[in-house]
Amino acid sequence: MQPIISISGLAKTYDSGFVALKGVDLDIRPGEIFALLGPNGAGKTTLISIVCGLVRPSAGQVTVAGHDIVRDYRAAREMIGLVPQELTTDSFETVWNTVSFSRGLFGRPPDPAHIERVLKDLSLWPKKDSKLITLSGGMKRRVLIAKALSHEPRVLFLDEPTAGVDVELRRDMWQLVRRLRDTGVTVILTTHYIEEAEEMADRVGVIARGELILVEDKATLMRKLGGKQLTLQLARPLAQIPPALAHYGLSLAKGGREILYRYEAEREETAIVDLLQELGAAGIGFADLHTTQRSLEDIFVSLVAEPDAAEAAEAGKQP
Amino acid sequence: MNLHAVRAIYLFEMARTRRTLLQSVLAPVISTSLYFVVFGSAIGARIPEVGGVSYGAFIVPGLVMLNLLTQSVSNASFAIFFPKFSRTIYELLSAPVSHFEIVLSYVGAAATKSILLSLIILATAAFFVPLRIEHPAWMLFFLVLTALSFSLLGFILGIWADNFEKLQLVPLLVITPLTFLGGSFYSIDMLPPAWQTVTLFNPVVYLVSGFRWSFYGSADVAVGVSLGMSLLFLAVFVAIVTWIFRTGYRLKP
Repeated sequence: MQPIISISGLAKTYDSGFVALKGVDLDIRPGEIFALLGPNGAGKTTLISIVCGLVRPSAGQVTVAGHDIVRDYRAAREMIGLVPQELTTDSFETVWNTVSFSRGLFGRPPDPAHIERVLKDLSLWPKKDSKLITLSGGMKRRVLIAKALSHEPRVLFLDEPTAGVDVELRRDMWQLVRRLRDTGVTVILTTHYIEEAEEMADRVGVIARGELILVEDKATLMRKLGGKQLTLQLARPLAQIPPALAHYGLSLAKGGREILYRYEAEREETAIVDLLQELGAAGIGFADLHTTQRSLEDIFVSLVAEPDAAEAAEAGKQP
Repeated sequence: MNLHAVRAIYLFEMARTRRTLLQSVLAPVISTSLYFVVFGSAIGARIPEVGGVSYGAFIVPGLVMLNLLTQSVSNASFAIFFPKFSRTIYELLSAPVSHFEIVLSYVGAAATKSILLSLIILATAAFFVPLRIEHPAWMLFFLVLTALSFSLLGFILGIWADNFEKLQLVPLLVITPLTFLGGSFYSIDMLPPAWQTVTLFNPVVYLVSGFRWSFYGSADVAVGVSLGMSLLFLAVFVAIVTWIFRTGYRLKP
């Protein structure tokens, strides 16, 4: 499948000498929701800004639906909508005027019916004649999305779309993003909320120190790296793990009242059964047990915290 | 050409003027009227004719030029500075709009506003002094040429300025003094010879002189020189704007 966005060898060094991107390669598939995760200063916003034309690349190439963002910038930019991280609005404009302005700016003829549809989708219709200065932060965020959707883009960039918005609005936005995806719009979002990526993304990219250290289907990533942990609450505390069980890599917790067993669900389907049998044979009884799975947040933290983790992730991809 | 974008930006800027009509139009008209009352009637009545016209009529082109220069610079500089200040400029820079289209729409709107204001001031002047325009086509040409050139200068200042103080710096400390000292209220013949030479280094002299020639047929410097200098300003400002967009100076890191 032809990627809707193709990024190759993209690098950016600012005049200050700060290296924001170090040769990033990334293909975005049409119609997917792609979540770009990374700590502050990792290069997320620089990457988005280059694709959208806000920052000049130092090296590399980006195409949007085959259009080079420098040589064929008009065709490339017409396809893109950008919702910036900051709440930047023309305070004294009305909602209707600012959204209509955006449509014209992106080269589309006036279409009041489309603007009305967008405002209604975002629950902004009752506020259409309100000045932006009178709106709440959440409403301003919706206006920024409406502006980005005013020219019917095929690709929508959401830079930290739900930063500082309440839970209800966040849920509304997630629904909107899914609806957009259903109409064929490709959505690329950066977020600090791992829950957001976990909830919405089809694929996840992790960027750290200007390098894309991982790109993976979310489901595959969770399966490969989302290790599980079995917790056994013992009937009687243990002083130490019996040497016969050492090969399981067990550890004791809560003063010997719990045994913890970390395992990869995909690879070790029968290990729990074996472990429980061996515990029984060793005379270790337990009162209760439960399992927990690593969240995307745990995976993310481990990836960006440890440079070597990228290699581990790569190794995990090998058949 | 992205005409929808040019139209959107142009109308957006003109709408801002409508919202601030009192500040944009009434204030300059009142201040210009005060100039006519003070210099034209009160003091001008005691000054003999200059170049064959009454002093009140003599200062009209200079006053119009004073407003044209300051309004062109302030309109254009604010128009591009404010989106930078409020950070809404991200939308302009990510839009499928060429550099030429950006300049055309912003400078076009700023020049339109200052030309309209100049015509209003001219009409106001006609209430106070007998006005004649010997070369109306040239008058309009100088008006449009100067409005475009100094709107371009304003656009450059708006991009250069990173705070409101800098935005006001050049209009207050450069444009206004040069205009006052550029023959707006006097003919340079009235100066001592040494100062006449010094005055010729003031670029505004050529603008005022050429503009006054279109009214009364007489000028401090040859009209061809005025025209050449006006075109030179336009060329210099176009070159600077071109450089700004080529390098992304203060727009794109």
